[in-house]
Amino acid sequence: MTTAPQPQNPAVQLLTPEGELVTHESYSLDLTHAQYKSLYREMVFVRRLDQEATALQRQGELGLWASSLGQEAAQVGSAFALEKNDFAFPTYREHGVAWMRGVDPMKIMEVYRGISNGGWDPLEHRCNSYTIVIGNQVLNGVGYAMGCTLDQSEDAVITYFGDGATAQGDVNEGFVFASTFDAPVVFFCQNNQWAISQPSEKFVKTPIYKRADGFGFPGVLVDGNDILAVIAVTKAALDRARSGAGPTLIEAFTYRMGAHTTSDDPTRYRHENDLQNWKLRDPIERLKVMLARNGIADRNFFDAIDIDADAWAHTLRAAVRSMGEPAPESIFDNVYADSHEALDAQRAAFLDYHEGFADSGVQS
Amino acid sequence: MTNDLTIAKALNQALRTAMEEDSKVLLFGEDIGKLGGVFRVTDELHKDFGDHRVLDSPLAESGIVGTAIGLAMRGYRPVLEIQFDGFVFPAFDQIISQLAKVHRRTNGSVKLPITIRIPYGGGIGAVEHHSESPETFFTHIPGLRVLTPSDPQSAYSCLLSAIRSNDPVIFFEPKRRYWDKGFVDRTESPVDPWRARIVRTGSDVTVVAYGPMVKTALQAANASEYSLEVIDLQSLSPLDDRSIADSVERTGRLVIVHEAPGNLGLGAEIAARIGKSCFYTLEAPIERVTGYDIPYPPSKLEEHYLPDHDRILVAVDSAMEA
Ligand SMILES: Cc1ncc(C[n+]2csc(CCOP(=O)(O)OP(=O)(O)O)c2C)c(N)n1
Ligand SMILES: [Mg+2]
Repeated sequence: MTTAPQPQNPAVQLLTPEGELVTHESYSLDLTHAQYKSLYREMVFVRRLDQEATALQRQGELGLWASSLGQEAAQVGSAFALEKNDFAFPTYREHGVAWMRGVDPMKIMEVYRGISNGGWDPLEHRCNSYTIVIGNQVLNGVGYAMGCTLDQSEDAVITYFGDGATAQGDVNEGFVFASTFDAPVVFFCQNNQWAISQPSEKFVKTPIYKRADGFGFPGVLVDGNDILAVIAVTKAALDRARSGAGPTLIEAFTYRMGAHTTSDDPTRYRHENDLQNWKLRDPIERLKVMLARNGIADRNFFDAIDIDADAWAHTLRAAVRSMGEPAPESIFDNVYADSHEALDAQRAAFLDYHEGFADSGVQS
Repeated sequence: MTNDLTIAKALNQALRTAMEEDSKVLLFGEDIGKLGGVFRVTDELHKDFGDHRVLDSPLAESGIVGTAIGLAMRGYRPVLEIQFDGFVFPAFDQIISQLAKVHRRTNGSVKLPITIRIPYGGGIGAVEHHSESPETFFTHIPGLRVLTPSDPQSAYSCLLSAIRSNDPVIFFEPKRRYWDKGFVDRTESPVDPWRARIVRTGSDVTVVAYGPMVKTALQAANASEYSLEVIDLQSLSPLDDRSIADSVERTGRLVIVHEAPGNLGLGAEIAARIGKSCFYTLEAPIERVTGYDIPYPPSKLEEHYLPDHDRILVAVDSAMEA
């Protein structure tokens, strides 16, 4: 058993909001220039995806959208740290994670357009379906991790949740189970300061990462808007998990720059000032400054990415607008894995009923 | 005092009335303070009654119900909000194991006058877990009362009665009807929530519905060539089968409508009771128009799941043709 690294306070940081590279006594990260540049590109695309989806919701093309704006570093960075065979368990907001796991953004759109409840195949991407019931996925992730141990594999799990979710029984039970079985799981909490209208400081009387102590595993606080620190901290936690030493809780300190979802009106409960302050801590901007300052990328590079992202967003928009709809009778599909006579009969009656309307020319 | 209110506003007024008449009434739930709840049913109440009467809870439903039980034991009368139907399940254990059983367990000493408000049902184009109709899970549990209003007047009267009740009440709010407007009489209670009410008289077929489906049943009644009597149950537990039977004695035919899946739904219970009590007057098999036995579908397909007035008319026709 390795001993828990002492929780760092303030947050682990390798890249300051001003775009300056700094060193940390416990964490470092060595990336190639190509990797730095690709991280920048991923974050720009994830933000573009978010903007596009928000606009599509406004235009009535999506039923709802939960914005990831401002959380790109936490999401892209933590998912970048995963190995191909690791498994991610996201909430409903982790578009950056789904993106990094190779999920087709159109599949995310399907969920928010109301065409599918799952979209992609979790097993194919090793990225679970979005989980909406707060906290449920944490226990599922822990169980998956327990299976990784039983299989004597090197696979690890990352499970995401928000600051609000830390109140749920499922999340705390997840901590206990993971600790009991030394499950190879990383608990990745994005503390974006808000749970709908509730500021996290109201319910979080001790920093979230410190709670890990009470459950018997290490907790780390990381600047969630610093993609380099997020990667370093997540990689270390995954390594620890793989080595059999058990779980780690990472609290990525970030900010929900947008509304909770497109249904929410944050002017009812929060001040504009906070938002302005957090804009100065923008995760993409600071990486951009670092790349430019260190001569890793120049204006042409940034401009080209913007042009690519624009073109890509344009295609996405068109594709969402022309998305087809599943057949009505597909509502009976996949309720059970094995054949089910009673439900088959119901589907047949459903089809008969609708054919009846078609014959009579009545719109059903 | 009378005026036209939406269901959401009528519920808000009922909460206000209850809080004014009893200082032990307090509201507890997620985002119900400054935000006024995601449907604004608690709008302005935090501002007017303060932190000690309107409590924003941590994000944990088992916590909300579990602590409310303690609060009630201490003499409070908590009115809880569960944000959406699909999020009541973390609280299921507390509801089934404690809330429903404490009065009986303590030989009547401990009363738990707790109301759990739950917006329920589909038709609003929402993502998963936001459109479910879980009422049957609760009607099945002895010790719980279950109410659901269908219009602003019944919303006002039912919620006040739920809060005044000394038993735990699971209170289902038809969320897709929140913005429907109607006349509300607040001077007295013209509606008895524990009784089914005839919302349209008719002579050919009795159509029993509740919550969001009452409006759909009324639409069917308007469109039907037959004379339909529409009954709004209001109370799902206890069931007022006497009122249903009275109507069926006159019409001889019964159609039951609900959004929840048909399998072992309320329709099954009503059919069993009326099948017995009205055995000699029934002129046709009892029909049910319900959700299918599937998980609630993604929103683009929900119209195919939800009972609509066409499906009710088809059921009415087969009752008439039997
Ligand atoms: C069990 C449950 N209760 C309530 C909700 C409604 N709800 C959706 S998101 C949310 C707040 C979540 O806050 P947090 O965990 O901080 O995640 P964030 O949305 O900030 O990413 C709530 C209350 C839900 N989805 N599930
Ligand atoms: Mg949050």
